[in-house]
This record gives sequence, C-alpha cells and structure tokens, in this order.
Amino acid sequence: MAIVPNPYKTTGALGWIDDRFPLTKMWRDHLSAYYAPKNFNFWYFFGSLALLVLVNQLLTGIFLTMNYKPGADLAFDSVEYIMRDVAWGNIIRYMHSTGASAFFIVVYLHMFRGLIYGSHRKPRELIWIFGSLIFLVLMAEAFCGYVLPWGNMSYWGASVIINLFGTVPFIGPDLVTWIQGDFVPGDATLNRLFSLHVIALPFVLVGLVFAHILALHEVGSNNPDGIEIKKNKDPETGIPKDGIPFHPYYTVKDLVGVAGFLILFSAVIFFMPDGGGYFLEQPNFTPASQVSTPEHITPAWYFGTYYAMLRATPSFAGTQIWGVIVMFGAVVILFFLPWLDRSPVKSIRYKGPIFKTAVGIFAVTFLLLNYYGLQKPSEFVTLVSRVGTIIYFAFFLGMPFYSKFEKTKPVPERVTE
Amino acid sequence: MKHMLMRFALTLAGVLLTGSAFANSELELQSFRPEYSNIASMQRGARDYMAYCSGCHSMKYLRFSRIAADLQIPEDELKANLMFTTDKVGEPIKSALPAASEQWFGRVPPDLSLVARSRGPSWIYTYLQSFYLDETRPLGVNNTVLPGAAMPNVLWELQGWQKKVAHDAAAGGEGAKAEHHGTAFESVSQGSLSPEEYKQFVADVTNFMDYAGEPGKRDRISTGIKVIIYLVLLLVLTYFLKKEFWRDIH
Repeated sequence: MAIVPNPYKTTGALGWIDDRFPLTKMWRDHLSAYYAPKNFNFWYFFGSLALLVLVNQLLTGIFLTMNYKPGADLAFDSVEYIMRDVAWGNIIRYMHSTGASAFFIVVYLHMFRGLIYGSHRKPRELIWIFGSLIFLVLMAEAFCGYVLPWGNMSYWGASVIINLFGTVPFIGPDLVTWIQGDFVPGDATLNRLFSLHVIALPFVLVGLVFAHILALHEVGSNNPDGIEIKKNKDPETGIPKDGIPFHPYYTVKDLVGVAGFLILFSAVIFFMPDGGGYFLEQPNFTPASQVSTPEHITPAWYFGTYYAMLRATPSFAGTQIWGVIVMFGAVVILFFLPWLDRSPVKSIRYKGPIFKTAVGIFAVTFLLLNYYGLQKPSEFVTLVSRVGTIIYFAFFLGMPFYSKFEKTKPVPERVTE
Repeated sequence: MKHMLMRFALTLAGVLLTGSAFANSELELQSFRPEYSNIASMQRGARDYMAYCSGCHSMKYLRFSRIAADLQIPEDELKANLMFTTDKVGEPIKSALPAASEQWFGRVPPDLSLVARSRGPSWIYTYLQSFYLDETRPLGVNNTVLPGAAMPNVLWELQGWQKKVAHDAAAGGEGAKAEHHGTAFESVSQGSLSPEEYKQFVADVTNFMDYAGEPGKRDRISTGIKVIIYLVLLLVLTYFLKKEFWRDIH
C-alpha cells in the first residue's frame, strides 16, 4: 500500500502542510484517534512520567553542559561554579541529579506494572524488548553521569565499575586500560564518559523511546484486565467499545499525574536535594583523590539490587567473573520475560495464588537486595544477598512452570470498572 | 489490588527510611540542625570564622561579595571586619598560610567550603567541642571525632582545656554524660567563655559553614515553598479538569 498524502483531505494552511508532511495523520494516529482502554489505573501514570523525566534530564542537561567543564582538574570546580555563580545553577543541578533518581523510580514502577498486567505478552514482546534496552542504556547513562562531578565517590565508583571488565579472561587488564585511556581513572576517562553521557547514550535513548512508543501504538495499549480491546469493536465506527481517544482523555488524566509527581519531585529538589545521602552522596563533596578511598564505596542507590548480586557471588576457579555474569544476567533475563510467562491469562487479576505470591516475593526480594546492596559488607549482608539473588533468578526461571500449570480465573469479555 | 499497592508502598517507604547510607557508625555525634535563616548567627559565625579559622583554612568557593549580599553586611563593615588577605570583594576566602606550610602540621589544612556537605553540620558542631588534652600527640591535643587530628585546639582560649574521662568513670558523673553523648569530658581549666557561650559560639560557626556549603540554600527553600503552593493549586485544577472531561466515560 502506497503512502497517500493528506488522507484526511484537510485544506488551507494545514492542508498545505498535510500535502507535504503527515501532520494531521500523526496527530490522529498517536493522539486524537489512538484508542486506549478506558480502565487505566494508577500504575499507568508512570509511562508518561518517565517521558516527563526524560525531557527534564535533556533540558537541564543542556544548561549544565553550558557551564560544566570536563577534565580532571576542572570538573569539580565547575560543578561548584554551577552551584554558586550560575543563576539558578543549584536548582538546575538538583533537578538533574534528583531527576536521575526519579527516572529509576518511575521506570522501576513502570516495569513492575508491565510485569503484573502482562504487558510483555503477545503481541507486545517488542515493546517490552525496546523497554528493556531503554533500561540497559539508562543504566549506562546514569553511570556516566555519576562520574562527571569528579567527586571522590564518582572516582571510586568509576574505578569499581570499569574494573568489572578486568574479570574478562586473558584480555581483562588490557581492556580496563583501553576503556580508561589510562592506568587509573583519569582525565581521559572523564572526557570519554562525558562524551557518552551527553551525545552517544542520550541519542540512543531517545531513539529507543520512539521505537518503544511506535511499537505500542501499532498494537495498542494493554490494560489492568489484560483484555485486547480491539477484539470488541463497534461494527459501524470500527472503534473499540472499551477504547477512548488518548487525547483529550488521557492527556488531561496524565496532567493530574504530572502535577502530583511534580509536588513530590519539587519537595526533594527544594527541601532535601541530597535525598538523605542517597541522591547526592556525602563523599562526593570532596574532590576525586587517588590516595584517599571513601570509607564505604557504594554505587548510586538505583544499582543496589544488581550490586548486591555482584557482591554475593563467590569467586570461583580463581576469577571473579561469575559475579559480573550474574549481575549482567539479571538484566538480560528481563528480555526473555515475554517467553517465560506461559500463563493463559495476562493480568494478575485472573491469575492464581501461586503467581500472585511469586510476584509479591519477587518485589520484596528486589527491594531487600537494593537495600542490602548499599550496606557495608558483613556475613549477614552476604547471606541475604545470596538468598535474594537465588529468589530473583528462580522467579524468572521457574515462571514457565508455575505460570503454565496454575489454574486461572475466567477473563471477562469487556474491561471491568 | 489496592492492598497490594499499599503493601508495596509501605515496603518501599520502610527501605528508604531505614537509616542514612553514610551514618557515622562509630561515634555518636551531637545532632545539630543548621538555622539557615538565622542571619545574625551566620554573621557572627562569619566574623568568628575569619578570626579563628581562615588563617589556615581557605574557602575557595566562597566570595566575600557573596557573603556580604547573603548575610546583609555593608561593604565597609565587610572590609573592616572580615577581609584580612585581600581588598577585592570579588575574591574568595584564601588562607594566610604560605604554600610551604605542609611540614607545620603534617598536612596542608583542608579547604572548608564544602565540609558541611561532606561531613555534615552535626560533625562540625561536635568536632569543635571535642578537643581534649592528650600527651601522646605532638601538639598535646587530640579529638574524639577525628582521632589523631593534625589540628591544634585553636579555640582553647575560649573553651578552656578539657580531658577525656574513661567510660566507666563517666557513668557516675551523669551531668557530663548527658552533655556529650558517648564521650565524656572533664574541664581542666576555664576559658574566657562559659560552656553555654562556647556552645553558642560553635553553633554560630557551624551555621556559617553550613551556609558556605551552599550559599543558595535559603533562596532555594523560600522558592520551594512558593513552587509547592503553585503545584498544589495546579493539582486541584488538573483534577477538576480531568473530572470534567471524563464525565461521559463509564
């Protein structure tokens, strides 16, 4: 089917554009005639909020880059310059640093929504995969940004993370030197991470977000009942009976979510920008130093779960690569979720008690791992982290079995509520 | 579903509220909440910092002009009372030590622009009250908050000298124990300030150093209150807007 310019036959100035560019078509396909299920609940705010935070990061990032100077001798001073001498600089920086934490909070909740309502199930596998890629790139982006202030935690965090590559057999140590561009994290390291943070990774991230939304609009949104609303269309109009146009219904609804989110977000920015030492760590207010190691090196809080797994995995056969494999595997396994879930129903509402319990245990385990990943190492922390790591993987690897054989409830024809 | 959501939120809150990641585990600090809007206290703190601290400790990120503007100090008073190393108000606080001073104390005294953020106001507040006589140290003093501190007790004239009391002995003298959580001190000689006056002196200096850690803090908080009020109004408006639009959806 060939592309037909201006399918809606608009006239005037709009018609002039529509003859040349699909403006009306895009507006209709993605907003005013994109039919979304009418039963979205609280969990469905987090997709639009993730987009809001992305825009926040891009805009504040532009202004920070205008005043930030990459370079081992300049970076720390330039961040203090932003904090003190740039008009509104402290607020812009806090918007960006709090934004990073907020990004992970909304993305984790957005992913959990997908998990419980089966938004990864056929025909939405690619949406889920694009989303998992976004998560992976977001982690890389956050890590690079975390290094840029070149405080002491930035420095040692960079050192720990880059040294993970040192566990690769044979080429490990050379690989680390090649990545750092030096024998220790230094000026070259900071400059290349800056380049990745402001150009390469945001570019990929925005592209993946477009793919994520395009794939979503191609198949249509899932909903808390896990019902395909396209199966039940009005025979005359061809519009799903349970669907409502995204604009204006969900644009105005998402505005409520945005206002609510901004209240919490602003409360952190203006009243507790350090986030209790989690959003901005105390050791990062001293400049990077090769000779003074922070008392307790932790990654940013949002990596706690995966860091716990790294620390919990014992070294074996003379190498610590297993921890890196486990940590990386914990992210990679997310990509396979659409094929691990074999339940005949999508939504948790119609699944049996085994699945509900499994999801509950998984959520609690995830949070515990996150917490213990940030604590000082001790025997107890290692034990909890090991048990947690096993539960994390058991949840995914056991899913083909427990989701398949469990008795489910009948799914209604139309959405409820 | 509702109670599951609730349970999830509660667990999350529980995890987030359990302690700060960087709580000082070994030593209990005296809790100090900086008074970011007490300008009189910060003015006194600035004067005292310049008199007692700035000889050795720079604040390279804090300009005199910024102090004057934020703490409402007229330029002539600023020049007369605070500026000893320069007469240019655009310059930051530099230490008066020569560059080759490292061997004096074993290390160059650190810059203190950000110490309120890297160690926290409670740390400063406790540190300045915790010097005690210790003959094993080169300068004859030690500090319970930073054992082996290279810094002499420059405030002894004000505070007087004190010595550390062993924990067992301190159990009897409950007054001393209540004053200093964890560590007890006993006064050896009286300073020119009474203990209460000295506490206020330390509080003033701590308030000033907290200000120095982020000069924009007061403006940030007062702006924040306006932002939150605006956003609450926005939330109410968007809620009713949504309700109006959704009237016909059932």
